[in-house]
Amino acid sequence: MEIKKPAVAGTLESSDLMVTVEPGSNGIELAISSSVMNQYGRQIKNTVLETLDRLEVRQAKVTVVDKGALDCTIKARVECAVFRSCDQSQKNIPWGGAIV
Amino acid sequence: MRNAVGRDIPDYLLTGGKEVYQGKNYMDGKYMQKAAPKTRRYEKPQESKLVETIADALRQCGCKDGCTFSFHHHLRNGDYVANMVVQAAVEELGIKDITVAATSLGSAHDVIADYIEDGRVIGVQTSGIRGRIGDVVSEGKLKTPAIIRSHGGRPRAIEAGEVHIDIAVVAAPTSDCVGNCRGIGGKSNCGSLGYAMTDAKYADHVIVVTDTLVDFPNMPASVEAIDVDAVVVVDSIGDPKKIASAAARISQNPRDLMMAENVAKVIAATPYFKEGFSFQTGVGGPSLAANLFLEKYMDERGIKMGWAIGGICGPMVELLKKGKVGKVIDVQDFDLDAVNSINQTPNHFEMSASQYANPANKGAFVNKLDFVVLAALEIDTGFNVNVLTGSDGVLRGAPGGHPDTAAGSKCCIIVTPLVRGRMATVCEHVVTVTTPGDCVDVLVTDYGIAVNPLRPDLIACLDEAGIPHVSIEELKEKAYSLVGRPDDLEWEDKVVAILEARDGTILDVVRKIKPYTLDEA
Amino acid sequence: MIPRPKPERFRLRRTMMFMNAQKPGLIKDAYIYGCDSIMLDLEDAVAENQKDSARFSLYHALKTIDYGDTEVIVRINGLDTPHWQEDVRVCVAGGADGIRIAKCESAQDVRTVEAAVEAAEEEFGVEKGRTLLMGALESPKGILNAYEICAASDRMFGVAISGGDFRKCMQTKPQPDGIDMVVARGMMLMAARAAGVQCFDTVFTNLDDEEGFHAEVLQNKAMGFDGKSLINPKQIRYVHEVFAPTQKEIVQAEKIVRAYREQSAAGIGVFTVDGKMIDIAFIPGAERTLKLARACGLYEGDLV
Repeated sequence: MEIKKPAVAGTLESSDLMVTVEPGSNGIELAISSSVMNQYGRQIKNTVLETLDRLEVRQAKVTVVDKGALDCTIKARVECAVFRSCDQSQKNIPWGGAIV
Repeated sequence: MRNAVGRDIPDYLLTGGKEVYQGKNYMDGKYMQKAAPKTRRYEKPQESKLVETIADALRQCGCKDGCTFSFHHHLRNGDYVANMVVQAAVEELGIKDITVAATSLGSAHDVIADYIEDGRVIGVQTSGIRGRIGDVVSEGKLKTPAIIRSHGGRPRAIEAGEVHIDIAVVAAPTSDCVGNCRGIGGKSNCGSLGYAMTDAKYADHVIVVTDTLVDFPNMPASVEAIDVDAVVVVDSIGDPKKIASAAARISQNPRDLMMAENVAKVIAATPYFKEGFSFQTGVGGPSLAANLFLEKYMDERGIKMGWAIGGICGPMVELLKKGKVGKVIDVQDFDLDAVNSINQTPNHFEMSASQYANPANKGAFVNKLDFVVLAALEIDTGFNVNVLTGSDGVLRGAPGGHPDTAAGSKCCIIVTPLVRGRMATVCEHVVTVTTPGDCVDVLVTDYGIAVNPLRPDLIACLDEAGIPHVSIEELKEKAYSLVGRPDDLEWEDKVVAILEARDGTILDVVRKIKPYTLDEA
Repeated sequence: MIPRPKPERFRLRRTMMFMNAQKPGLIKDAYIYGCDSIMLDLEDAVAENQKDSARFSLYHALKTIDYGDTEVIVRINGLDTPHWQEDVRVCVAGGADGIRIAKCESAQDVRTVEAAVEAAEEEFGVEKGRTLLMGALESPKGILNAYEICAASDRMFGVAISGGDFRKCMQTKPQPDGIDMVVARGMMLMAARAAGVQCFDTVFTNLDDEEGFHAEVLQNKAMGFDGKSLINPKQIRYVHEVFAPTQKEIVQAEKIVRAYREQSAAGIGVFTVDGKMIDIAFIPGAERTLKLARACGLYEGDLV
């Protein structure tokens, strides 16, 4: 998918995260801050990159502010932000396809 | 050198007779030489010890470079006094190389963090380290490693002369003109002054800082004029709103309540739950809520609690007033109900930190405890508990009386949710061992109960009562299945804090954390 | 991914606890409190501009979290909204046990959702008929059409009344004795029993009014409800206590079932237990009591 406009998903509540995606032209530019950075920073990064890869996002600026979210929440927020940036978040989501 | 909880203690710390932790009760029966303070004689009758400013009092007490100050934390997050004193020493007297020996340090003391950063404060000894002080010490900005001791380990170290206090500062809600202090009757009341009592007896000099001067004699005094050099009256010693909450309310959080109920069930299943049993509980959500459920079991069996100790708050005072507890003995108060009850309600007494928890004296209360209910930041499969460092390796906690009560009690119950956000509370190895696993008996979580295999007798009790329990390994696996297995923290060599066991041996060290950054592979 | 067994149409549902599907901290382990069903909410709890986000969150929760024996139902948005079709797709794709149809007013509403569910089952390769349905009756019209709603589909396992909206329609407020909803509750119960499905009472929202909550639960039990919707885990225990059969009921049920099995083996259809005449009509009730007793941890025998 192509990131067409800036979009945000998630919150800054505990156990959640806020994901911002913006159009980019330099591959995936990822910034992460997390309350569990030292123990889970690597895993958060992997989950975000895998999710973007599944959605075939190749160019984007992605900012993650994590408050101790589980992997399933990280995936959900990244996906929602990407679909929102393409105005496709409301209908016909490929559940079980690109979203697994 | 590896110690009895498997922690590597650098040899360079083992000087001057310092040993590594060898297990519970290792020092039992040994003799110690008590230290004596060098104090000034006040033979000539004095009308008053009132001094105009804190700086004047410091000068009178011979404050000089390398001075060790002691502070106590009864004013909790509302404390103004520690900051005022350190500020006066640095800014007005130009003192360098200060050591702050406090019973606890927290967010009220961010000013001291500044002095650590600019090198004026070079030593920190405390039972609790939170807020910005925790951050700067973790970042390695303190010149010498911080020394963390339990509430019992601190008076032990003071009495043994391992900490020599040049000037003890008492933040007194009321004092008379010669320094008889009480924790009540003023405008910033805190109730018990238990932690200040031992310090005042062993310090070379004692300065009382109060905001409410009362008529002589202020009786019964917690800290007595016979130990006090100077009294300073200031506008305010603290923010009453942050000293004691209106009333510590029992948690309504369903998770806390569920765990608390299981704690009470475990207690009621042991043989120690009988007429006259003794009890201490923390003030955290599930620990405090255990009071509520325990009362039900007491009523059902028709038994009463003999005595309770600890930091005290309203729910325990209420049990005392209802006649369900014989005596409450109190080293600190957490809410106004407790503040207004100590030495007022019959059978609600004050005690010193040494009397509460010092393992080297001849009769600490903790050693007579049947039950203690405690929280944890982390607990590992060896039942070792961490209440000092976050699972990110940063100092942000307080051993407090945790290791003392765990070691002294017959049944130590840890109650904690299995995970907090993405942090596994039950884990393979705690970041820092603050309470050794051989002192911990039962773990109650929201996902199940585990009993330390060292206690087959308690396992039999739970089986008998039909209380399901699992191994702590199962709980750890469940936690990791929820949050994922954390990566190991990475450390630098530099030791930023030394954690002493209650008996004075070295239980663990905290090193400087190497933060994870995205650029790494 | 956690595979869930095929949902059971008529299972124990004493407590159905609502959870905002958009709150990761809440939904991650709501099952630990021991409610029979959790109700992940895409409707009122989720703000209009977060409906999309809630679906992603719900999908991964359904796929990742092991809810064990706890039933997982999803409350979807009303048929008058642009959201409900995508809600149905995500529920079916994620493998929810059932769907609660908000503001259900007619058999046609049930059939509309059923068609969407069937299409989604087809689309996502889910076993046809797997996804169960229940109706939330929130208006006088829904109550008046309760029977046709209950009987509209083989997927229907029950109906629940939704007090907030219903009381608004009726221009009333919660009353201590429940008089405000007694007729609606009664009509819905009769319709559910006539159609052979379960029936659930509405939430009690004032968490500080323990006395009022207890009174309502006792009334629910007395009226014959199967269970109740809840908004807080701390309400679970009391409902389970009230809905548990008494020791006397359990002993009696055990006697009836045992005697029936012995007598019918001997070819006898009518017999007496403790002086009361018993025939086959008593058996389902007695078996239900024993099953309930087992679920409550009060019966360990082998008759059910």
